[in-house]
Amino acid sequence: MSSTDHVKTLKIDGRDCSARAGETILDVARENNIPILRLCELEGLSTVGACRLCLVEIKGARKLLPACATAVDEGMEVTTNSERLQSYRRMIVEMLFTEGNHVCSVCVSNGHCELQAMAQTLGITHMHLPYRYPKKQVDASHERFVLDHNRCILCTRCVRVCDEIEGAHTWDVMGRGIDSKVITDLNQPWGSSESCTGCGKCVHVCPTGALFEKGRSVAEMEKRRQFLPYLTLMREERQ
Amino acid sequence: MTPEELEEIRQNELEAQQSVPQRIHVCVAAGCLSCQSEAVKDALTREVDHRGLGGRCKVKGVGCMGLCSEGPLVSTHSGQLYQHVTAADAGKIIDSLDAAPVSRLAISTDIPFFERQKKIVLENSGTIDPERIEEYIAQNGYRALMRALTEMTPQEVIAEITASGLRGRGGAGYPTGLKWGTVAKAPGAQKFVVCNADEGDPGAFMDRSVLESDPHRVIEGMLIAAYAVGASEGYIYVRAEYPLAIKRLKTAIRQAERLGLLGADICGTGFKLRIDLRLGAGAFVCGEETALIASIEGKRGTPRSRPPYPAMAGLLGQPTLINNVETFANVPPILRNGSAWYAQIGTEKSKGTKVFALAGRVRNTGLVEVPMGISLREIVFDIGGGIPDGKQFKAVQTGGPSGGCLPAEALDMPVEYESLAQAGSIMGSGGMIVMDESSCMVDVARYFMDFCMTESCGKCIPCRVGTYQMHRILTAITEMTATEQDLKLMEELCDLVKNTSLCGLGQSAPNPVLSTLKYFLDEYKAHVHEHRCLAGVCQEKATV
Repeated sequence: MSSTDHVKTLKIDGRDCSARAGETILDVARENNIPILRLCELEGLSTVGACRLCLVEIKGARKLLPACATAVDEGMEVTTNSERLQSYRRMIVEMLFTEGNHVCSVCVSNGHCELQAMAQTLGITHMHLPYRYPKKQVDASHERFVLDHNRCILCTRCVRVCDEIEGAHTWDVMGRGIDSKVITDLNQPWGSSESCTGCGKCVHVCPTGALFEKGRSVAEMEKRRQFLPYLTLMREERQ
Repeated sequence: MTPEELEEIRQNELEAQQSVPQRIHVCVAAGCLSCQSEAVKDALTREVDHRGLGGRCKVKGVGCMGLCSEGPLVSTHSGQLYQHVTAADAGKIIDSLDAAPVSRLAISTDIPFFERQKKIVLENSGTIDPERIEEYIAQNGYRALMRALTEMTPQEVIAEITASGLRGRGGAGYPTGLKWGTVAKAPGAQKFVVCNADEGDPGAFMDRSVLESDPHRVIEGMLIAAYAVGASEGYIYVRAEYPLAIKRLKTAIRQAERLGLLGADICGTGFKLRIDLRLGAGAFVCGEETALIASIEGKRGTPRSRPPYPAMAGLLGQPTLINNVETFANVPPILRNGSAWYAQIGTEKSKGTKVFALAGRVRNTGLVEVPMGISLREIVFDIGGGIPDGKQFKAVQTGGPSGGCLPAEALDMPVEYESLAQAGSIMGSGGMIVMDESSCMVDVARYFMDFCMTESCGKCIPCRVGTYQMHRILTAITEMTATEQDLKLMEELCDLVKNTSLCGLGQSAPNPVLSTLKYFLDEYKAHVHEHRCLAGVCQEKATV
């Protein structure tokens, strides 16, 4: 087997990069400190490619491809930052803001929110899509945590961390399309869930204030997710 | 089962059929069943028994005869076709067997509806009893399988399918031979073959009809495919809304297993295939191959990013061949008659025939099979008989919610994958809805967007929110409250959803809007600027 089977070289935004075969464009970009926006992807969890924010242009490819789910290839030329991509990203983030009820000024995650940070990065100051103002529920039945559907962007990180890392699979998604929502057990109140171990991993991987600890006031909910890569690594070593 | 034994079954069945000089066929596919064709069949059977004609005349239930709008349909051995038959007509029909046909019920079969069709997939529909394997065998059924197993290597089978030029009939038109070859070459201990029978386009019923009228053809196609790619397990993913198709498939699988044509050690060659049914729970997106696989695995039916394609890593991570019902149904005749025979039908890039479910404002609605390359005009005006009630043709919609609306200018375009795509629609799985001047194209676009919005799985943001936002604007237009700004925004949304959605559902959801914007922009403008609906559809709604 020649070395080209193991090592690939490619260009991201004009920069020459090297990668191991099987790595994704996002892996390589991360290693080279090339920022690629994303909301559903989180290191340590499986990839779903659902938020579409990490879409990149690849020379010769007909379609835009998600950096998180696309493996590198020899000689690939990737553009992460064209005007077209940025305008798509702005629109997608706007879609999230108008889909739910995101009011930063009263949110526990104000100042520590990935959605908010993303809007700032993309320079979003106004919405040109109309707000939807849906009626959504808040589940505060758990003794330590709260789920606020108004702030949920359906990234499914909670679903994945609970299933893949904690092994409880308390979370899942129900409904279709615009009516989708995350649920605990079979759409039972979180507090009555028999599968939930109360570990709180879901809370800390949540990019917004949709999942938070009780007792936190506005802007007080900082998420700590440094544990995730280590846990994943330990799992892999044991296997 | 050896080729000789198969031939013996065929001969016995043909003899048995010929020993009865008079035969009456009653359509018992879903369309005619819903207008009481079962009662017609019972009445005819009773009448035959009552007159003591048992040995001379046989009444049997058959699959779809195509002209669904005129059902229940009955045909006789002499080729006479009767429409709108009721149980009370039984006596008259039997009286007429040796005399002149019942003129009140008769329809001529030399009208373009029948003459312009070319039947390959539907060759047995309407002539054989779908619940008896012997009748399928009598029509050379399972002979192609026998030929593949005893005379051909898997590579030769794939080469034959490749040479035929057959392309996927599910909509996208991926070359079937290429797909088979990929699965065959993909490394994997266990491979799967899956039949996609999750037909969900509004107004489309081709696959249902094939499964109800000739289920063995699909099973034989799957067997040949499994042999070619090296699969030993198969699934038919059929929607639960098709109870009759499910029942007939179950019967067909059981019959094939009994004859040793399905199961372990098929025809003594050591080749084995098990076929199981999986019922869809009503989600349109499960027709998308990766969502379909997730659903078979018992997971939530949502699509995933491709690559890897199912041909490399599909069901349970193993190489999986997924073809549509109609694609599999094309396989046995190709192997029986040779790829050269198939390749001479159709156009350069689109070979063979295509089954369409003709619906909407057209005289003859029903199921038609036409050679590729035929013009839309011939389908709508010759086969379909044109627009009823003296109305004007406005548009024809192909490809369901992923397709587009084509105007009168496009009528002379040949029906093939490339030309339809170029015009802004797609071949799709075969739904064809004809619209006349009484349809408002904005309202039509709104209908399809409503469909996409409710069928979006919600996984990716552009499709989940984009279809909602587009539907909101389209609704505003039909309610005469939209502005020029909204039109611009909708074009932006179309571009975004098309280019950034995760799966085909989202990527093609804007097509009905884009195609109507392209060909019927005046209607949009009339709504927005003059608050007027040219077809008069939206005014009524706005005032209600």
